[in-house]
Amino acid sequence: MTIPASGNLGEIWVYLSTSPLLGLTMTLLAYQGAVFVNQRCKAHPLANPVLIAVIALVGVLSVTGTAYVVYFEGAQFVHFLLGPATVALAIPLYAQLERLKQLLGPLLLALVGGSLVAAISAVLVGWALGGSDATLLSLAPKSATTPIAMGIAERLGGLPSLTAVLVILTGILGAVGAGGLFTLMKIDDPAVRGFAIGLASHGIGTARAFQVSEQAGAFAALAMGLNGLATALLLPLILPPLLRFLGSH
Amino acid sequence: MLGALTLLLVFQLAGEAMALYFALPIPGPVIGMGLLFAVLMLRGGVSAPLRTTAQNLLQHLSLLFVPAGVGVMLHFQRMADEWLPIAVGLVTSTFAALAATALILHCMTRRQP
Repeated sequence: MTIPASGNLGEIWVYLSTSPLLGLTMTLLAYQGAVFVNQRCKAHPLANPVLIAVIALVGVLSVTGTAYVVYFEGAQFVHFLLGPATVALAIPLYAQLERLKQLLGPLLLALVGGSLVAAISAVLVGWALGGSDATLLSLAPKSATTPIAMGIAERLGGLPSLTAVLVILTGILGAVGAGGLFTLMKIDDPAVRGFAIGLASHGIGTARAFQVSEQAGAFAALAMGLNGLATALLLPLILPPLLRFLGSH
Repeated sequence: MLGALTLLLVFQLAGEAMALYFALPIPGPVIGMGLLFAVLMLRGGVSAPLRTTAQNLLQHLSLLFVPAGVGVMLHFQRMADEWLPIAVGLVTSTFAALAATALILHCMTRRQP
């Protein structure tokens, strides 16, 4: 591409919008703006930084007519860090080793129960309201962390990119609503709260749990990892027979 | 910092390689997390630089989900067509999963001394 003429903003925009720098910078700006709003709202769960940043970016991309692939050219550098960050979750988890050993049995039971409830309730409700098979299959793994959920959706015949979005929405929902629900249920053990939020809403829930306390965050990270495993193992076994039983729309 | 970041990437790479070699349904980074956890248990501790790097990275965990979240713009049409099953399904199942998990764990841990 030729260097744009100086003084011509339109040409400069066209030139810069094709370079990864713009997508990356926009992502960081939007996130820091979202964190600022979140702090202004005293970290209220509704002012979720992921939610605010996503809305702002979708708005800017839609208004400027920028395609998602072009944006992702730059944003992929941020997206890439999800890998090492996932590995790093081993460290807060290790800090909870003693508590983990004490709770091993109950944690495993809660894992299998919660994982099945997450997937089966999503499919049943979606089916009852007339969701198509592709949508139901994309909906089922949404409590698992993004890469696992996408892999499962693909294997079962769902739409991986739709699943990625549903996973994010699930994460935001859990991060926004979990606190209120647990208060209503009178559950205040940070380990129990953290484990439930990590299981139901993976990394975004885990990020929220870390805001509340280190212990809640560590158990959320544990639940996120374990539920990724449980979802990957259980869904391919239970989902096809369930959908066959329900029949398609 | 650099050493710790390299270590995290090495574990991720080992996880990815294991996932491919054994055709596991679990993503590489999650296996990497398990491997690092196992090594920390064997060594019996976390080095200070590794702890600091992990803290820095996890402090902005939310940021890392933003690029995938913006992908919502690819699915406006389907979501407009099937908004009811998607919205109600997401909300119900997320709260059902939160409640079920917390309840099972709460009841099981209360009975233990």
